[in-house]
Amino acid sequence: MDCKKDVIPLMHHFLDGDISREDETKLRKHLEQCSDCQKHFHELKRTISWIKNAEPVMAPVDFTQQVMQKLPTEKKHVKYMRWFKMHPVITAAAIFFILMLSGAFSAWQQDSKLTVSKQDDLIIQGDTVIVPEGVTVDGDLVVKNGNLKIEGTVDGNVTLINGKLIQDQLNGEGLMASVGEVNGEFKKVDQVFEWIWFNLQNLFRGVFSFE
Amino acid sequence: MDVVIRDKIKQVKKGDQAAYEDVVLFFQNKIYQHCFRMLGNAHEAEDIAQEAFIRAYVNIHSYDENRKFSTWLYRIATNLSIDRMRKRKPDFHLDAEIAGTDGLDMYSQLATDEKLPEEEVQSMELQSYIQHEINELPAIYRTIIMLRYLEEFSLQEISEILDIPLGTVKTRIHRGREALRKKLRHV
Repeated sequence: MDCKKDVIPLMHHFLDGDISREDETKLRKHLEQCSDCQKHFHELKRTISWIKNAEPVMAPVDFTQQVMQKLPTEKKHVKYMRWFKMHPVITAAAIFFILMLSGAFSAWQQDSKLTVSKQDDLIIQGDTVIVPEGVTVDGDLVVKNGNLKIEGTVDGNVTLINGKLIQDQLNGEGLMASVGEVNGEFKKVDQVFEWIWFNLQNLFRGVFSFE
Repeated sequence: MDVVIRDKIKQVKKGDQAAYEDVVLFFQNKIYQHCFRMLGNAHEAEDIAQEAFIRAYVNIHSYDENRKFSTWLYRIATNLSIDRMRKRKPDFHLDAEIAGTDGLDMYSQLATDEKLPEEEVQSMELQSYIQHEINELPAIYRTIIMLRYLEEFSLQEISEILDIPLGTVKTRIHRGREALRKKLRHV
């Protein structure tokens, strides 16, 4: 075995702790015979223990204070951005909520056309849907964005969205008499929507107010 | 200690700047020493070590908590130190590695006008003589030797910190040990 070429690398492998058993035995055997290598190995080990004893270099006394002073004070938007990053679920929920609301709002705005559920015998005058006298409408009646005047009979539920039920004042009779017969539930939805919308608007004003 | 540091880092991530003070206190000597070993002078070491802590703070969100914080921090300090060495004025360029050699710098090409090691030993205490010889090592060996024997990082960790392959770490540590052995054999 050549000392320089073969044995010295083995010493370093040994010092790094990645030497095979076989090589370790080889190294030991060689060291027993070769005084030069013994000396070399000893010098290496001595060097390492000296390095380990080297005086540690200490940071200046006020090092930490210096660092703390130089840390950037956080700008507000950075703080917010970090908050968003820290709370992805809440952020996602908030974005979803805003999108959903704006979607609902624009749908509400666009959807101002008069729509009536498809039934025969209904008379439409402008934005007023009339169930004529003597006519019986089968099934549920839905009127959206229009007024409804019932003179005949509806055989089902009546839903009135965003519109008014017109009472025929000319008859001079009582309220119930002016309304034709409805054999089901009568629902008026606009008030509920208005109420929700009013409250949402108030909420938005509260949240996004910069005053 | 790792657990304490991990907790502190979590607090820092939540925006608690004060928690970072403990982190800096814990690592200040290690990082300062590392920079000092790489750069070779106190002024630049302080500068770069501070910068390393500031960078770590600003980029704390890119730190992966599953990995060792110290390795990450050392990595930042290492990169900053290397940057600083590159930006040095031309008269420092003797430090630069010669292309195609592993760690030979321009100093190795100069004839030495220093005193013989024996003469130097007589004028210095052993401890400071060793210190002196360590500082005389080319930066790349010095850094690796220090990480290995003073900071007691594993070879794998050193490879991560310095961003060099494990094989290169081994080669350099072998050469560093040999170089230092040669310098200290007369003692």
